[in-house]
Amino acid sequence: MRILEGQGVSKYFGGLAAVSNVDFHVDQGEIVGMIGPNGAGKTTLFNLISAALPLSSGEIRFKDQKLNGLKPHQICKMGVSRTFQETKVFVNMPVFQNVLVGAFFGTPTHISGADAAKETTQALEFVELSAMSATPVKDLTLVNQKRVEVARALATKPELLLLDELMAGLNPAEVSEAMELVTRIRDTGITIFMVEHVMKAIMGICERIMVLHHGEKIAEGTPQEIADNKTVIEIYLGEETRAGS
Amino acid sequence: MDITRFISTHRKLLLVGFLLLILIFITTLPLYARPSDVRVLTTILIYVVLAVSWALFSGTTGYMSLAPAAFLGLGMYTMALLQKELPFFLIIAIGGLVAFAFALLIGLVTLRLRGIYFAIFTFGLVVFMTEIIQFLETRLWGRHGQAIIPIDNETLLYTMLVLVVVTVLATYFIRRSRYGLALVSIGGNEEAAEHMGINTTRTKVFIFAISSMFMGAAGVVTAPSLIYVNANIAFSVFYSFMPIFMAIFGGMGQLYGPVIGAVIFGYLEKTLRAQLYSYFMLGFGIIMVVVILFLPNGIAGLVPMLQSKLGGVIARLQKGSQGEQHANT
Repeated sequence: MRILEGQGVSKYFGGLAAVSNVDFHVDQGEIVGMIGPNGAGKTTLFNLISAALPLSSGEIRFKDQKLNGLKPHQICKMGVSRTFQETKVFVNMPVFQNVLVGAFFGTPTHISGADAAKETTQALEFVELSAMSATPVKDLTLVNQKRVEVARALATKPELLLLDELMAGLNPAEVSEAMELVTRIRDTGITIFMVEHVMKAIMGICERIMVLHHGEKIAEGTPQEIADNKTVIEIYLGEETRAGS
Repeated sequence: MDITRFISTHRKLLLVGFLLLILIFITTLPLYARPSDVRVLTTILIYVVLAVSWALFSGTTGYMSLAPAAFLGLGMYTMALLQKELPFFLIIAIGGLVAFAFALLIGLVTLRLRGIYFAIFTFGLVVFMTEIIQFLETRLWGRHGQAIIPIDNETLLYTMLVLVVVTVLATYFIRRSRYGLALVSIGGNEEAAEHMGINTTRTKVFIFAISSMFMGAAGVVTAPSLIYVNANIAFSVFYSFMPIFMAIFGGMGQLYGPVIGAVIFGYLEKTLRAQLYSYFMLGFGIIMVVVILFLPNGIAGLVPMLQSKLGGVIARLQKGSQGEQHANT
């Protein structure tokens, strides 16, 4: 079943097409990866899904409901949550409160204080941050701030989780841990759509990968198909040929 | 040792007792103090309402509102226009509602602005209010300013005290509730707050209106002590900046920060200003600079700072005496 589907999705900044006529879909229970060089429009596409930016044209549907024209807080309540490429934690709060915000406001139904606290504790346990729940979030390392963002997103009880470069800036050991975390999230029944530059991660855990370049989708397939795709190789290694000539 | 343990176990009880003492002090003050002291205290209470309600919105969300004077002035003019028609207490409610409605309108238009743009707009609003009221007065009555029938000091003091209690309690409950968390998260990262399911626009506009409501009500109570208001008095930018200075001076992290700031600043302003005006402003400036440089969390920030420093000293002393005891045995 298609949980998320986009048709003819476009975003223009003035005359620049950041995302241009992209069709995509994510099936329930999948881990889908999105790759592409810097400036390819990956984060813009995420911003269009989560409604941080309005669409220029096209249509995005979540579980057969149109997302066009909705606000980010409505989309979150429908069951789509996200993390950010540059972490956007609530710097003025401890870890626990950061996640509590997601638990309190992320679901469509009213939740009691005790239940919200329980959800928060569970989410922190899931990302293995329980020991730091009272620490001010600004004192955390980058990798732990990213975990806070994941816990906060999980606390909103999403069905679809958008992970925007979760592994950027992490060392190899941390990348392995993050890969394991993503797989565990999927195993709880949450569908995952992730943007990533770390090839080892994306090749290792994604079932399907789509490639964006200059705002257009140029390839889609299994990790193996993408690794063998000529156009993709040209885009990633093409600079070298030009430098040689 | 027993005293410290008593304090830590009976913290809530002590706090309630302390607050009761302050209430008793304020309510009995007119019995033995000079009328001028009662007026000073009333002014301080007005500042408490302004500083606490300003910090409720701006302190948590980080949206620097320079508009307190606009809402305070609206309250004053509500009083000026209705004083002969309605009882005092009804006018207070109406003044609050007028400010609430006006803030809703302003909020819906402007809370899309961020950072410095919002601050400048709210500053412009105060100037705009001055001009528009002057224009209307000239057109409607052909004169500037409104005389206001004085009300006795005690009534004003007690009314203001009730308003302070209502404001502080409302702020306390809002800050403790999930909406308090929403406000602080907007201050932490508004985009993330919106993505975590918070209707940030609605939250901001509503709390902005609530905070303005208290300012409007305070304006109604302020007016009679001035006897006469005109647009320049009612919408003086002084009333916009004082609550901000007080809240920053006292510290915005805790509810009691703005209260402390308002009490200290209000007292100094009222008692020293008359005697040494220019020196007062000079000292005022220096104190603000020092506080901003060295006490980013204001006077309220001193408490945890002192606790951690003194706590270390006390622990060392305790260890020292235990060590001695060991040595003696």
